[in-house]
Amino acid sequence: MSIRVDASKCNGCSLCTKSCGTNAIEVKDKLATITLESCTMCGACVATCRFKAISIDIEKQATEDLSQYKGVWVFGEQRDGKVAPVVFELINVGRDLADARKCDLAVVILGHNISDAVEELASYPLDKVYVYEAPELENYDAERYCRVLTDVTRELKPEIFLAGATTTGRSFMSGVAISLYTGLTADCTGLEIGEDGLLHQTRPAYGGNIMATILCPYTRPQMATVRHKVFRMSCKRAEGKAEIVNLTPKPALFSSRSKVLEFIEDVTEKVNLVDADIIISGGRGLGGPENFSILRELAEEIGAAVGSSRAAVDAGWISYAHQVGQTGKTVCPKLYIACGISGAVQHQVGMKSSDTIIAINKDPNAPIFQIADFGFVGDALEILPMLTKKIKAMRGAPSTCPV
Amino acid sequence: MKICCCIKQVPGTTEVKINPETNTLVREGVETQINPFDLYALEEAVRTKERMTAAGDPSTVTVITMGPPQAEDALREAISLGADDSILLSDRAFAGSDTWCTSYVLAMALTKIQPDLAFCGMQAIDGDTGQVGPGIAIHMSQAQVAYVAEIKEIDSKKATVKRLIEDGYEVCEIKLPAVMTVVKEINEPRTPSLRGKMAAKKAEITKWGAADIDAPAEKCGLMGSPTQVVRIMTPPCRGGGDTYEGEGPELADKLYDVLKSMEVV
Repeated sequence: MSIRVDASKCNGCSLCTKSCGTNAIEVKDKLATITLESCTMCGACVATCRFKAISIDIEKQATEDLSQYKGVWVFGEQRDGKVAPVVFELINVGRDLADARKCDLAVVILGHNISDAVEELASYPLDKVYVYEAPELENYDAERYCRVLTDVTRELKPEIFLAGATTTGRSFMSGVAISLYTGLTADCTGLEIGEDGLLHQTRPAYGGNIMATILCPYTRPQMATVRHKVFRMSCKRAEGKAEIVNLTPKPALFSSRSKVLEFIEDVTEKVNLVDADIIISGGRGLGGPENFSILRELAEEIGAAVGSSRAAVDAGWISYAHQVGQTGKTVCPKLYIACGISGAVQHQVGMKSSDTIIAINKDPNAPIFQIADFGFVGDALEILPMLTKKIKAMRGAPSTCPV
Repeated sequence: MKICCCIKQVPGTTEVKINPETNTLVREGVETQINPFDLYALEEAVRTKERMTAAGDPSTVTVITMGPPQAEDALREAISLGADDSILLSDRAFAGSDTWCTSYVLAMALTKIQPDLAFCGMQAIDGDTGQVGPGIAIHMSQAQVAYVAEIKEIDSKKATVKRLIEDGYEVCEIKLPAVMTVVKEINEPRTPSLRGKMAAKKAEITKWGAADIDAPAEKCGLMGSPTQVVRIMTPPCRGGGDTYEGEGPELADKLYDVLKSMEVV
């Protein structure tokens, strides 16, 4: 493994020095020179150089026959027998990948009393549903899930294995990938089969400021967690149903050093933030915790979830579970309505991939307006109650425009 | 109790600029910071130390990071915030590590230290993967719990914690030794004390390379990493759209029309 600068191609333009996150490159006598001690081999300079003068060599090859791995798998995350919405999005993208690789698409589901969920999944366009049903699998347990899934993956050898980038998916997939010594790409927003037959996984990094495409060339399965709301949900199949395969878990895999004592549901919200199609968020501009009720009232009318900026959370106006942004959640709804949020970079990181952004803010210079599709310069506390009132009034009233 | 906290030094800002002429990445300035989530992990480590010590179990916090030599700054800052000692994992062989290798290297170092409890932030703000913490636990064959929002009870054998998940909280009991990743809600980090700053200045930083932690080169860095970054690009910038100004009722009507055009109402 080494990083090299080709002296015949480098003209000392110094673009690479600016791309380096660790200041490891200097231009001396019109030649880029890399201080190996500081270099982290991140590859940013390789991508930046316009003259293809920098290269990283890795001598590596597969240690087993990769062609024995076949099929695309989706993890069928569920709680209390209810399948997580992201699973249906994964079925959709998984179907495309399986078709491109001319192989089967399967969902693997773990749980207890999940026959309805299994039947529901079988009505979607997949080839197989692998079912692990046992009382021990009723609640998510990182250790147990990781063991069972590592075991079945090792045995049935899928080529690609996807899970939602949920708190569940992000914690157990890492364990499966590590146990199998294969690659896992987190939080993908783009997945496609390249001409090389490999899964090209694209994900945002540096808070969405760059997009990196990642491959897992020498080991299988190629594993990825996928962000919510990036892919459309799959439609049900027109006819027939997928084959249901019941697998018997080995009891030895169930040992675990943790146990769930209690689940405390967040009853304040009807819609889960990351699954919501519409999010209304409030920030410092709301002036106080009591004014979140104005947001909640509108949210109720249009079926939205309530989010917030970091400022509102830090002020104690609303709980951390609602925070959108760098140190909170990353969301990607169809519509994001930012109320009284100035839109600092750290907030934008968490919401700027929303389909449509509406911003309401008193300050016409607020950075949020630079990324909003519709900006309203005004007081959210004045505008929102009027809007809610109008929505209520118009509901049931005959439509004035013929559709 | 022996407590460890894994931290990462990340760029001071994730704002990456694009040179419009060349359409390439410009990361001007090399200000760095401790990954914000790791500050919560460190604070919880220090609080756990204080809690255990007060309960009659003298405890220590060792902070550990993998990175280039300049990551030493992050360790000194961690000492000013209450860590007792620190270890820098730095070796050419570690360069280019993906999450598999990063968690492997950290796990090998932790195996040498044998802590009862290791803390990590839920994710780093540059990579955003959240994979390293759970990965360390698997490499070490230890119990793990991710997204911890509160440690309700803890003794030398087990802990009861509340973890934040999408639709609420889960309370679980976990046997030690274990690895925990924490969310921001767990605490409010302290600011460095004068004594802490003095300690940070004087601190001896232990430096370990691959050989010190028995990590073979083929399992480290680019060589050991199953994933490869093949392309980096900048996403298209999102431009602003129409902006409306006027009186409240007028804006409310306009907003209603916008929502209607989107079939939201």
